[in-house]
Amino acid sequence: MKYVGQALPKTDAIAISTGKPVYTEDLAPANALVIKILRSPHAFARIKSIDTTKARNSKGVECILTHKDVPKVRFTLAGQSYPEPSPYDRLILDPIVRYVGDEVAIIAATSEQAANAAMKLIKVSYEVFEPVLDFEQAIDHASVIHPEDDLFCNFDTGLAKERNICSSHTLAVGDVEQELKNCDIVVEETYYTQAQAPAMMETFRAFTYLDHTDRLVVVTSTQVPFHIKRQVARALELPATSVRVIKPRIGGGFGGKQTGSGEVFAGLVTLKTGKPAMFIYSRTETFSCTTSRHAMRLKVRLGADKDGFIRALDIENLSDTGAYGEHGSTTFSVCGDKTLPLYNKTRAVRYHGHAVYTNKTPAGALRGYGATQGTFALESTVNKLAIRLNMDPAELRLKNIIKEGETALAYHGNVLGSSTLERCIQKGRELIGWQDKYPCQELPSGKIRAVGMAVTMQGSGIAGIDTSSAAIRLNEDGHYVLLIGSTDMGTGSDTMLAQVAAEVLDTPPEKIIVHAADTDVSPYDPGSYASSTAYVTGMAVLQAAEDLKNQIIAQGAKVLAVAPEQIEFDGQELTAFNGSKAISLKTLAESLVVGTDKCQLVGNATYGSPISPPPFIAGFAEVEVDPETGKFELIDYVAVVDCGTILNANLVKIQVEGGIAQGIGLAMYEEVRYDERGRLQTNNFMQYKIPCRKDVGRITVAFEESYEPTGPFGAKSIGEAVINTPSPAIAHAVYNAVGVSITCLPITPEKVFMGMKPQARPE
Amino acid sequence: MQITVIINHRQVTLDVQPNDFLVDTLRQQGLYSVRRGCDTSCCGLCTIWLNGKPTLSCATLSFRAHGKHITTIEGLRHEAEGFAHFMAAEGAEQCGYCSPGFILTVLAMKRELVNPTEADIIHYLTGNMCRCTGYQGQLRAIKKYLGVTAV
Amino acid sequence: MFTLLNVAQPDTLEAAYNILKEKRSNAVLGGCAYLRLGSQTIHTGVDLSKLGLRYSKDYGSYIEIGAMTSLRDVETNAALNNYADGLLPKAVANIIGVQFRNVVTVGASVFMRYGFSDFLTALLALDTEVELIKGGRMTLAAFLDTPRSKDILTKIIINKTKGHAAYQALRNSASDYPLLTVAASQLDGEWKIAVGARPIRARLAVQAAAQLRDGDNDRTAEVMEQAVQTAVGELSFGDNRRASAAYRQAVAQTLIKRAIAEVVACK
Repeated sequence: MKYVGQALPKTDAIAISTGKPVYTEDLAPANALVIKILRSPHAFARIKSIDTTKARNSKGVECILTHKDVPKVRFTLAGQSYPEPSPYDRLILDPIVRYVGDEVAIIAATSEQAANAAMKLIKVSYEVFEPVLDFEQAIDHASVIHPEDDLFCNFDTGLAKERNICSSHTLAVGDVEQELKNCDIVVEETYYTQAQAPAMMETFRAFTYLDHTDRLVVVTSTQVPFHIKRQVARALELPATSVRVIKPRIGGGFGGKQTGSGEVFAGLVTLKTGKPAMFIYSRTETFSCTTSRHAMRLKVRLGADKDGFIRALDIENLSDTGAYGEHGSTTFSVCGDKTLPLYNKTRAVRYHGHAVYTNKTPAGALRGYGATQGTFALESTVNKLAIRLNMDPAELRLKNIIKEGETALAYHGNVLGSSTLERCIQKGRELIGWQDKYPCQELPSGKIRAVGMAVTMQGSGIAGIDTSSAAIRLNEDGHYVLLIGSTDMGTGSDTMLAQVAAEVLDTPPEKIIVHAADTDVSPYDPGSYASSTAYVTGMAVLQAAEDLKNQIIAQGAKVLAVAPEQIEFDGQELTAFNGSKAISLKTLAESLVVGTDKCQLVGNATYGSPISPPPFIAGFAEVEVDPETGKFELIDYVAVVDCGTILNANLVKIQVEGGIAQGIGLAMYEEVRYDERGRLQTNNFMQYKIPCRKDVGRITVAFEESYEPTGPFGAKSIGEAVINTPSPAIAHAVYNAVGVSITCLPITPEKVFMGMKPQARPE
Repeated sequence: MQITVIINHRQVTLDVQPNDFLVDTLRQQGLYSVRRGCDTSCCGLCTIWLNGKPTLSCATLSFRAHGKHITTIEGLRHEAEGFAHFMAAEGAEQCGYCSPGFILTVLAMKRELVNPTEADIIHYLTGNMCRCTGYQGQLRAIKKYLGVTAV
Repeated sequence: MFTLLNVAQPDTLEAAYNILKEKRSNAVLGGCAYLRLGSQTIHTGVDLSKLGLRYSKDYGSYIEIGAMTSLRDVETNAALNNYADGLLPKAVANIIGVQFRNVVTVGASVFMRYGFSDFLTALLALDTEVELIKGGRMTLAAFLDTPRSKDILTKIIINKTKGHAAYQALRNSASDYPLLTVAASQLDGEWKIAVGARPIRARLAVQAAAQLRDGDNDRTAEVMEQAVQTAVGELSFGDNRRASAAYRQAVAQTLIKRAIAEVVACK
């Protein structure tokens, strides 16, 4: 292929790396009001009274809003296709506050100083309730976090608010209890994963203004402009036609920006004052008051026969969705959906449990979306099985993994259309030096080197739900404009989608102008999440480009007075009869748009897939453990990836490297701590440590391309799977080194050291 | 307080409050490449050069810049773009939000270190956080860049 | 975020001290990297920039470092790299990043007695003195034992006593605060073992050092092990968010042992 697969640089590369002002804050009107939020100091309380009189009269203040001043329609901040499966449990401002940081008042002033000064003058009196801070005590706790009558969910996802249950789910095939009884070996373990923060470099911000037709325009750092539009319209009780949402360049998302933050606040201030308004969340606010990964407790029971076939798998999940239920039920089901099908020699499987409310920072979408947590639990258990069987863990995977053309019990009757996971495992073993290094070697220094592994699957888009439209227009000068609604948050998807269109139209991608993520202009797209952009939007772009190509050929045929089948189009010229009749695309375009042929061509397509073909990754970690301190270095990490056809060689590699670094953070560094009053202590970069350059070490990435027949040029996806393997692979390596099995993330030196048997610990 | 600073070779006189930090003062001057990434002087996004040394503008009180040279990436555009092409060839600028501070630090490193090893490079750049890329592509770009411009 | 209402930039040390004394809420402005994390209100910040305190001079038998010298200056200073196996540069090299170390000052790092300070731990293992405007000149150890009072630290003096030194620290993430810091030195026959980030600030393990000095001719593994045990016995370790007391104590044994071994190997 000419353009697909090439390591083309991103179209915005030079501009964004040299600091062009193309991000949200840079584009805001100079006179935009500054919005600050007064936040609850209590984890669970009711506002008894709130007096803003002094604050309102404070210098520079334009507007102060409390729960008494705002519309009272419940909505969800979750960025999901409508009807959203997340509960509508939010009010813009609620008299009940449900976590430390929950919004109490919106202050808009002419400067940050004025807003902060006014905030200090607001008097609030609270009735404090006992908070639910331990998610293992949440169900049937005396404190009911969401007692409101108008809380509802579009679907029955098992919401039982009186019990603090946000969602319940059971997926069961066969009789798992019976099968476990029949197994020669049963491995049981309980795992805890923490509420990892997305920690994208650009915090949350948006500005709003009324345009020349009095429509509310929201320019926001988001992954989901169409969902934000719907959310804002609903919350502010506006017709959908009154709202326009634009996403400029943004500084990362990783799922954190798949949930709304303060767009509704800014919109409301603009409506009330008529003036532009902007909020910028600080890093601390971003940690405490926007969404993090669902912390989960996963009880795994795995049964196998003595030949090493996994015959029964039971996973019970308790998921902590925090104060509000965004993405609560969906991350819960993905946890099971994207783990159980991996091993298809099972005779019975079950996945069940609850997502519960607690009075903590709300959980939401974060790369991996439940599969990450499930992968840690499942793969750690499979690694334990390997020990019990005295079998090589890679061999155990090869024996049990689902293969192309096969199905699995929890796979909803689908057949796996593409997979090279087998080759990924073989290649990964080779690259890490598994033969020589497994399980461990003691070095002369006394340190111990060891290797570990894990495999993972994810999905590509949400089957039957993600629907994307694309349009591509032929300009009067023979260039193209590609209109899409997906959201390049640094991934380079705008560039990649241009490559897809370029391949179809046989034109250099530089001739395709990409316009994205403006709800007035873009065809509908859910936004970039659920690993959908390459697979779903990519296919819409491909089909739109094919539609346009056919139209170009049809028009060319008319002009040349031949049948369309006789036309050859090489991207530059349309010819017939071996070139005896020809017209350049440029000439044709001029004629169509400004000349006599009067027909500006636009290719359209809308695409959604009934399936979500999984990408696969085999991850291998090599660690060097210092048994005298428990500290371990990550010597090498190898990931071998099946993402289907590679659409851009550089961009897909960087996705893997970046995802693995985040996975390393989840595995080793990113601790989440609350104090006894429910205040998040790890709410800045000093306390919450994302991996720095030295922490990550060397990452080696290789690909084993499969061909996915339902994907654009055979592509699947890459966005999320990349974060899943490091935690179980590293835990496995640490176990192989010093015999300590860490089941509660992150794996810290103290946990390793204290876990070592006293006689093994050099004292 | 009135201060006189030389920003990207241009002398300007500014009115600042005692409490103002350089990151905000510079943004007010239209230098949008300088940005805040955290509240705790940890992430390196706000890195500028103060008298040629990479310095956190979020932790530098503006009045302290009086009489000093401040360099932002806007003042090194040509050289920055030269390195940026190496990054672009790796796809190593993802969201780009950390890039200006990162590139400034790389260009400072180029001046300060002679024949750095990979370990030297990683050590020098440790204070520049990135959440998107996993740091590998940045290192590839730097090694190629220094290889080409090394005398 | 702290509030700074006024700034004074005095020309003399005496003037600086007088302004500091004027109001309880007046404070010296160091690097400000840590100051800005707090929420105190400072009526007048005393900026020392005009007092010529950013310098590092090697006088042959001692090195003098002015209070406004940055930790990055310490890291790259030739004289400090050549003295005591480069203990001070090694100690500061892992603090956050270059642009952070270009902001943080020697004076603030010492005066504020931060528990997590790598720099303070290393200084304590050398023959270090400090000079303050009111308090005058004293050993660093004596300064650390003096109750806090309003004063301005103007310089630190490192006496270049001949010998060797080693630094050990444990961090989880490389850009994190240390869980524990250890600096050991044998200078002119005298041993010093400093342990910091306990989580409280660095302190000398005096009895352990004496044991090493007395057993110096043997210098067997047994003597070293005894000294290690004595050190963790005479120092206190506590819990904090980053580590438990028990873990700190266990790690201290390892790091002290390694630091001593490194010093011994240097000879």
